[in-house]
Amino acid sequence: MEFYLNAVLQGLCLSAMAFGIFISMKIFNIPDISTDGTYTLGGVISGFFISQSYNGFAIVGLVMVGGALAGAATGFIHTKLKVNALLAGILVMTALYSINLSILGQSNLPLLNYPTLFTVLNVFQNPTQNTLFIVASIVLILLIIVSYVLKSDFGLAMRATGNSQTMVRAMGVNTDTMKIIGLAIANALTALSGYLMTQLQGFADINMGIGIVIVGLGSVIMGETLINFFAITSVVKMLLTVVLGAVVFQLVLAFALSLGINPNLLKLITAAFVLLIVGLPRFLFKKAE
Amino acid sequence: MIDLQNLHKTYNAGQANKVNAIQNVSLSIKQNDFVVIVGANGSGKSTLLNLISGNVLPSSGKIFIDDKDVSRQPEYKRSPAIARVFQNPFSGTAADLSILDNFRLAALRTQNKTLKIGVNQNFKNKISQQIAQLGMGLEDKLSQPIGSLSGGQRQALTLLMAVMDDLKILLLDEPTAALDPKAANVVMQLAQQLTQQYQLCTILITHNLKDAFTYGNRIIQMAEGKISKDLDATAKTKLTQNEIFNWFS
Repeated sequence: MEFYLNAVLQGLCLSAMAFGIFISMKIFNIPDISTDGTYTLGGVISGFFISQSYNGFAIVGLVMVGGALAGAATGFIHTKLKVNALLAGILVMTALYSINLSILGQSNLPLLNYPTLFTVLNVFQNPTQNTLFIVASIVLILLIIVSYVLKSDFGLAMRATGNSQTMVRAMGVNTDTMKIIGLAIANALTALSGYLMTQLQGFADINMGIGIVIVGLGSVIMGETLINFFAITSVVKMLLTVVLGAVVFQLVLAFALSLGINPNLLKLITAAFVLLIVGLPRFLFKKAE
Repeated sequence: MIDLQNLHKTYNAGQANKVNAIQNVSLSIKQNDFVVIVGANGSGKSTLLNLISGNVLPSSGKIFIDDKDVSRQPEYKRSPAIARVFQNPFSGTAADLSILDNFRLAALRTQNKTLKIGVNQNFKNKISQQIAQLGMGLEDKLSQPIGSLSGGQRQALTLLMAVMDDLKILLLDEPTAALDPKAANVVMQLAQQLTQQYQLCTILITHNLKDAFTYGNRIIQMAEGKISKDLDATAKTKLTQNEIFNWFS
């Protein structure tokens, strides 16, 4: 039970990143690979400052600014220098590897003896319940903020940018700026996931972000299946399905591990699972078309 | 309202596939004018419209809108004065957004898009009334994604969206090319009605010579990047549909 509860916690921690992927992938149609780097960036910034005995709450702003800058860099390279979005993401991800390593100073930094977000604040006696409460609250706050932004006039312009650039330009919106801001927001959220995960696991690792974009993508695609199935148009409900997708994803991985699968194969299973949820609907609905 | 002076546009300059899309075009269009532009494919009609909207910048020459030099301004800076309706009904609207959200964006065409929630009950009622005028029954479907509507419905809504915010110039780039005759009629009549109601300066590009004959108070024919015929209101009323047909033979 504890095992699956931990998977739920991880899923909730990754929800922030899934919101980010929802913005970059679903709204802007940009596959943002820099996610792998910004997730780790969030992790190493938290790791560094927590190991310097900074308060877990105090550094949240720093983490998000770091992620936002990286995202803005991807957006700038893509829109202003006209580099293919995939390549722009790979460039930023590669550059971030060195930056992350410089910040962390070593490839793995254990934080078990330092106070974290989950030990500073004690609402419940039971540490797991306490962690669940804090993570769930953070996800709820993010859900409210992100859905507010997406429903605002600015958010409408952002959502329309991914839909029809011709239309949005004619509405007086600078689509380049919109994409840069959008990717900055997306990566700020991704860095936040790295921040949460580092404190949940009690260590920061230079390789923690490898393949994380696939996890986010898988969560969003699972959410999207629900969105299409129930014809959901409300932004809040869309984001809820994304959270659900992130949690279910981790539960599936936990289930695979509980079957006794070699943990070294976890990334292979992740990739296969995402391929399955991407490919299966096409395969199933092929006959109907 | 619109003043074009010695406008040139060359694509792929200095290369073997160089195209002189617009050659030395000077044109002045007044407020309340409904100008129809006809011409064969590749005659420069669409380039001319793109130059006015700012989608394409001129190789040389000047563009004035309301006596202001906008020659080097990008599209999003000119859009406060200009609205466009495209040939493809999908271009003018954001498919995944609801009708209401699309209209909200249109209502903010000349303003900043802030972090305010603008879609409230008040706004909804206002849009509902506007859309009811179309008589398409769409006023009850405001929260439906606009992508679920037919091409004709989307094109009519795009036109209505154009006048949601302060507008001077309406550019129609073959707006009915993808529509069935009935829907095309509705859209064209709406365009004419809005031009009069809001005293717009409207430019219509069309291959439909019947529309070219029926609508507008000035007709221009373009050929090889130049204006080859330019008839004012009096001359246009004397024109017969057959004569326009003969322009193309």
